[in-house]
Amino acid sequence: MLSVASCLKSIPRPARAKLGRLSARSFATVTDSPVRRYGGLKDQDRIFTNVFCKHDHGLKGAQSRGDWHKTKDILLKGDSWIIQTMKDSGLRGRGGAGFPSGLKWSFMNKPGWEKDPRPRYLVVNADEGEPGTCKDREIMRGDPHKLIEGCLVAGRGMNATAAYIYIRGEFYQEASHVQQAINEAYAAGLLGKDACGSGYAFDVYLHRGAGAYICGEETALIESLEGKQGKPRLKPPFPADVGLFGCPTTVANVETVAVAPTICRRGGSWFASFGRERNQGTKLFCISGHVNNPCVVEEEMSIPLKELVEKHCGGIRGGWDNLLGIIPGGCSVPVLPIDKCAEVLMDYDSLKDAQSGLGTGAVIVMDKSTDIIKAIARFSAFYKHESCGQCTPCREGTTWMMNMMNRMVEGRGHVREIDMLLELTKQVEGRTICALGDAAAWPIQGLMRHFRPLVEERIEQFRAANGPVLFGGRLISQVDESLAIPDNLGANLKELAAPPS
Amino acid sequence: MFTARLPRRLPIRTWSARKITTTSARRSDALFVHRDNAYNNPKIPFEFTPENMKRAEDIISWYPPQYKKAAIIPLLDLGQRQNNGWTSISVMNYVAKLVEVPPMRVYEVATFYTMFNREPIGEHFVQVCTTTPCMLQGSEGVLDTVCKQLGGIKPGQTTKDGKFTVVEVECQGACSNAPMMVIGDDFYEDLSVDTTKKIIEAFQQGEKPKPGPQSGRLTSENSAGLTTLTSKPYGPGEFCLPEFQ
Repeated sequence: MLSVASCLKSIPRPARAKLGRLSARSFATVTDSPVRRYGGLKDQDRIFTNVFCKHDHGLKGAQSRGDWHKTKDILLKGDSWIIQTMKDSGLRGRGGAGFPSGLKWSFMNKPGWEKDPRPRYLVVNADEGEPGTCKDREIMRGDPHKLIEGCLVAGRGMNATAAYIYIRGEFYQEASHVQQAINEAYAAGLLGKDACGSGYAFDVYLHRGAGAYICGEETALIESLEGKQGKPRLKPPFPADVGLFGCPTTVANVETVAVAPTICRRGGSWFASFGRERNQGTKLFCISGHVNNPCVVEEEMSIPLKELVEKHCGGIRGGWDNLLGIIPGGCSVPVLPIDKCAEVLMDYDSLKDAQSGLGTGAVIVMDKSTDIIKAIARFSAFYKHESCGQCTPCREGTTWMMNMMNRMVEGRGHVREIDMLLELTKQVEGRTICALGDAAAWPIQGLMRHFRPLVEERIEQFRAANGPVLFGGRLISQVDESLAIPDNLGANLKELAAPPS
Repeated sequence: MFTARLPRRLPIRTWSARKITTTSARRSDALFVHRDNAYNNPKIPFEFTPENMKRAEDIISWYPPQYKKAAIIPLLDLGQRQNNGWTSISVMNYVAKLVEVPPMRVYEVATFYTMFNREPIGEHFVQVCTTTPCMLQGSEGVLDTVCKQLGGIKPGQTTKDGKFTVVEVECQGACSNAPMMVIGDDFYEDLSVDTTKKIIEAFQQGEKPKPGPQSGRLTSENSAGLTTLTSKPYGPGEFCLPEFQ
């Protein structure tokens, strides 16, 4: 303390004041570990260097950007090295579920797999249909060779014999870029019987879908690839045992596969140095909706949502305070209100803690001009359209949800119906083969969790204008009084305001 | 309780009581059954052109020989392209014969996937995305403009001259470039009411406007200037582990 004081004497006065404050702070915080800020990824650490299609997407351009560089050496390292590198990198599946990729790929190499005579497949899920998501599209038209090389590397890791890329049928330009990349790779000897001269035989095929969102589900995708209706299969058996054509199969998202070669070349620890523990890496985020400049951008995981929007998209239209809510991961995850948007980090755990999810990293921004009930009702219509019709809770539930949400948009309902709707979502959630039922339920649950007063207000407005409403949306004034109205339609409820909570 | 109400029910006309118990038939977006008619019946011949036949053989060769039916979707797509953009019953039967499955297996697939049109469509197939991300950016205005420009048809209808069919579709996966529509195979993105009108007008005059974003940006970059990838992309081996440099 004394020495500090004597030190200070030799410093001119104005500076001393500043220094005094600084040194006081350093005493107080000396035991704190430095706070790490996420975001601010440098260009040299971006994996997808041609997402904006500014450069050549063909083989020559791709090679000049580092693709297919010493791929042979990667392949010769062997399957366990590749899988260990993926495990070290902490990569989690980028398609929404966030399952650790290294672990998933290792399921293909069970003890004794060599004795299994069946062929083994890697299936790449390029059926990108989640509203809000447009990242795989940019990979496939800008960096198709990253995907093809990724197929080879990931395929080597899981000892696959061939890869099928299932691309959604609407992506015509993207499909032609990928097909061009496949043809170029075959012509250059990078794929085929002796892929990259490593002695490993590997084929890549492109399969175009025909417009069904449900085919983004892994077993539905396998069914569709087999030329059937895209209806999810019951698990088990898991695809790693019985998958495509009855053979061991792993389904992985485009982004997961496409980052693999770069991770192998730059090391798992490089990839793991980004983002928080268990959420490592870089990720393509696609921002749509009410931001000044919607865009697709590759950023570090765990970047604060607010920073992502303000730094890369020019902020919310009309400033941050004009924000109503953000859906952080595509339409299947619940919406977040403004106060949560300001504090969440864009990673699996932080968004899970905020009762939402990272999903595909598709950020849908809604400002105060949005009719959020209508926005969520549109999602319900989407799920109604896309339900495959296999499980009854989903097939019937999505229709019910859509009908009820459409009435909520108008306010044509009874306040008690909000809880009925929530109960309905709970009845669908977890009772279906695939996650589409859950995905249809969550946006509505999120809406009611954060914007319930808005829904109630709208119901009140409608009631004020049109008189009381029965359950199911019929006006009491339209009811023929001479008919017996069942008591369970809510016509005889004493209270007209919100039910006592 | 019931007896107390009974006398009040008597004077009612009978049809209003029946109205409650009858339900109207509810149809899905598209008719799921096939009815033979003049333009769509199994007697109309369909066969791949030699060129498409070569493609079809190529497609079938991608799949294991015992799983030829995996090629149903790509082959139906090929058939649809050859058949003026729609999948008739003859196309389905032909594909079934080609991949050696009962026709029903093909009908199942053709009715399940939305990209197979089982009714004839116009020369230009306009699909306007109206899912939430596009809706937030004004896709309703785009859809209205398209319909108005085409003489007040409704989504799902074809213009009288058979040039345009307009449909409302779910998310097409170009959400950062919302609102968007697809004409044929091409994405027209970043639309406004004006640019939509211009595009439709150009198609009406037999031109083909440039696909992609209509706002002047190249793809999905920040339109106010790049925030990422501003420097030259790194080359082969840069920043890699020593063994891969």
